[in-house]
Formats: sequence, structure tokens, C-alpha cells
Amino acid sequence: MRYGRGPDVLSDLNFSLAPGSFHFVTGPSGAGKSSLLKLIYLAAKPSKGLVHLFGKDTAHAPASARPALRRRIGVVFQDLVLLEHLSAFDNTAVPLRIAGRKPADYRTDVAELLTWVGLGSRMHAMPATLAGGERQRLAIARAVVNRPDILLADEPTGNVDHEMAVRIFRLFVELNRLGTTVLIATHDQDLIARSGRPALHLEKGRISVKSHANPSGP
Amino acid sequence: MSDLFDPARWRPAPFLPAKEARDGALVFVVAVLCFLACLSAVGVIAANRAAHAWTGQLTGEATVIVRPRGGETPDAAAARAAEALAETPGVSEARALEPAKAYDLIRPWLGDVSDLEDLPVPRLVAVTLDARHPAGAQKLKSALSAQGVDATVDDHAIWIKDIRRAGRLVSGLGGGVFLLIAAAAAAVVTFATRAGLAARRDVVEVLHLAGAEDIFIARLFQARFARLAGLAGAIGAVSAAFLGAALRLAGGGEGLTPALPLAWSDLLAVVPCPLIAAIVAAVAAQVTAVTLIREMQ
Repeated sequence: MRYGRGPDVLSDLNFSLAPGSFHFVTGPSGAGKSSLLKLIYLAAKPSKGLVHLFGKDTAHAPASARPALRRRIGVVFQDLVLLEHLSAFDNTAVPLRIAGRKPADYRTDVAELLTWVGLGSRMHAMPATLAGGERQRLAIARAVVNRPDILLADEPTGNVDHEMAVRIFRLFVELNRLGTTVLIATHDQDLIARSGRPALHLEKGRISVKSHANPSGP
Repeated sequence: MSDLFDPARWRPAPFLPAKEARDGALVFVVAVLCFLACLSAVGVIAANRAAHAWTGQLTGEATVIVRPRGGETPDAAAARAAEALAETPGVSEARALEPAKAYDLIRPWLGDVSDLEDLPVPRLVAVTLDARHPAGAQKLKSALSAQGVDATVDDHAIWIKDIRRAGRLVSGLGGGVFLLIAAAAAAVVTFATRAGLAARRDVVEVLHLAGAEDIFIARLFQARFARLAGLAGAIGAVSAAFLGAALRLAGGGEGLTPALPLAWSDLLAVVPCPLIAAIVAAVAAQVTAVTLIREMQ
């Protein structure tokens, strides 16, 4: 994969993630972690090769088929991308509204989820008034509210203290227990080591496996 | 503060902010363009009516210049011509003008001549033609020849041609100006949509990656800009209508000027403006938004 006429950002990647698995992606800055996640959440297309998701080749999927695939993916962006003019409750409800669900059907779910991530008392707050960790948890709540089949998180603990990082990690583990496949891009080697979860190591656009990762060729 | 928020009473907020800082400037520019477009539309309608009225007056009338023959007096020749013409099909009325009117017509060229009555001044017959089936100049000439009247028929053909050409020119120019202004309004809305999308890239990105269809996102911007353009169109239309009404009142029964008579009904031309502005904005916004969203992929 490359951007425009630039050099290859990712090359010769060949791995698969089992449904319901939990993986980290690690590597130095510029290794291609964010680009790898973009390929998976359909924000970028590979210049060559295939990306299979939910049994479909998303790299060559028609534009009309991509929105439905995206609805099955939850993303926690590195820069969070919260909608600053919407309250925490409205931000969380975005994927449900996009999915066409009626407010009466999901009001309670959103309130429960926000309480679960520790924002029960901040549902009405605008993102600008939230602390860093609260914003992070809000972004996570939005990513998981639609119960995605796969959750991708790009440096979800990058801007929070250690205690908050552990708390966020526990949220991901809980989601994974509920059946969501989780892939987290992070620099936090300590978190990876203590989690006991497999990590895919990216360096210079190429992937290798550390710890308990179990990659298998297509 | 948490007590203030009751999820059961929550209503979804609009995906786009209700107001943007740039909205005022956009509404102002589009309102000015709509105002100018409405004025040009009213002007074209008034000019068209003026041209039709002039043409109608000229085509509805003809003037016959009668020259007496032999011992016949000019008045008798004119009376005979009027009688012959009145019976001709396609003529509603034929009336010999009083000698005084003929003298009045030539007096400016001859000055105050005391014995003007002694000059062999030709008499005029004013002919009013049937509005539906007007008699042509040749038919009038034939009717006069049949009665042995020596006369020249002026059906104003030269003037009609010029006035029709002038009318077409005014309509064409007015229409051109109108289309130019409408195109400028569409271009402004397109530009504003692009700027609006760039400013709200976060909304587009979040909705896009949350699985929203391109058309769903485009419709948000479409609805927003259609609403703004509709408001701007209403402001421009009402302003133009007020100006038109002021000109109509200031100009008396004929409006601004006899050359460009403005009727109250002409002001109705501004009524569709808000709708047209909204449709132009909606189409421009949708096309722009879909194009930009696809460029993001």
C-alpha cells in the first residue's frame, strides 16, 4: 500500500485474525499501524493485494456495498474525531442513527453504555468540556454502541495516564468476551506485556509476530 | 448537572450545527444576487409588455393620406375614402380627421402661416383595424382604388419591424442578464458548499466511517444550503418587490416611465425566486457534496 506516488507504506502483509480474537498491532512511529487499520476499516484501498473482511474482498467491493460493511466495524480514531457540536449522548448515538434505528429503541442502551464507560454523569456534556480520558471513553462508547463485529482502536491509550489506560483496556477485554474481534494499535509495550495478548509487530511496512499471535496465511 | 439530563426525553440533535458563522455572509450574497435576478425578471416582463403594446397599437391602426382629384374638395375626398374603408372587411372604423388636425401636423414645419387653409394640404383618414382579422395595406389600397380615391396607405410596417426587433433585443438582453445572475448564484452556493464541507469534514468523516450512505451525507448539506438559499431568495424577492412597488407608486399609472410600464402583476415574477434559489442550491450542494465525499474515498 502507498499514498499517491510515495513509497510503499505496507508491503507483503499476509495475516488473518480469527473471529472473536484479541490482537495488538505495535511498531515504531511511521511503521504503518494506522495505515493497516485504515485498510481494514475501508478508509483506504491497497494499491495491490486483497483485504478480506466478513468473507468479502473489501478492496474491490463496489462503493454501494461499503457502507454496510463499515457498519459492522467500530473504530476508535487516534485523534478521536468527536463531533464537538453534539453532546456525549448524541455522539454515542451516531452509529445507531446511521443504522436507521429509532431513538425509542436505543435511548436506554446508549445511557447504559455511557454509564458503563464511566460517563453516566456526563451524558449531556459537550466534548469540549470533557477531560482527556472522558473524551477517550466517549470515542470508545461510540465505536462499540452498535455492537460491531470488529473493533479497531488506534492508540486508544495514547493520551491518558496509566490508570486510565488499564481501565480502557478492561473495556476492550469485556467487549472481546462478548464476541467482538479486537485489534488495537499501540506503542504501549507495558500494556501489551501485561495483557498476555498476541501482538503483530510492524516495522518498515512489514509484519512479524510476537508473543502469542497466531497468524495464518489465507 | 447529571440530574438535568433525562435520556427518556432525549431527542436527536441535527448532525450539522444549526448555525454557522459563515451563514450570514452567504445569505447576504445570495440575497443580493436574487434581488438583482428578480429586478431583471421584472424588467424583462415590463419591456416585453411595452414592446407588445407599441406593436399592438401600430398594427391595430393605419393612416391613409388622401389627395383630391379634379374638382373634388379635400374634405369630400376624405369623406369618400373613409366611407369606402369603413365597409372594407377587417376594418373596425375609418374616420376622416378634421382639417384642423392636418394643419396642426404641418404647422411645426411651416410656422404660423395665416392663410394655411389655402394650401393644398392632403386630408388624413385614421383607420382602426379589426383586432382579430386586420385588413392588410394591399386590401385597403384595393378598396380605395375601387372607389377611385387617390390615396397612400401607411400601415406602420417600418415602425413595427423596428419595435419588434427592439423588443426582442430587450428580452434577450434581460434574459441573458437573468441567466448570468442565476448562474452566479449557483456558483456562489457551490463554492459555499465546498467550503462548508471542508469546515465540517469531521462530520463527513464520522458519518462516512460509521456507514452512512454518500447520499445521506449529501442530503444533510443539500437540506442546509437549500434552506439558506430559500431564505436568501425570499429576502431578495421581497426587496425587489418593494423596490418595484415603490417605482410603480412613484411613476404613477404607467410606473417608472412610459417607455417601461410597470404593472402590479409584474411584481408576481418574484414569487418563484425563493423556490428556484432553493432548488438551484439543493442541486449544486448535492452534486458538490457527492463529488467531495467520493474524493475522500
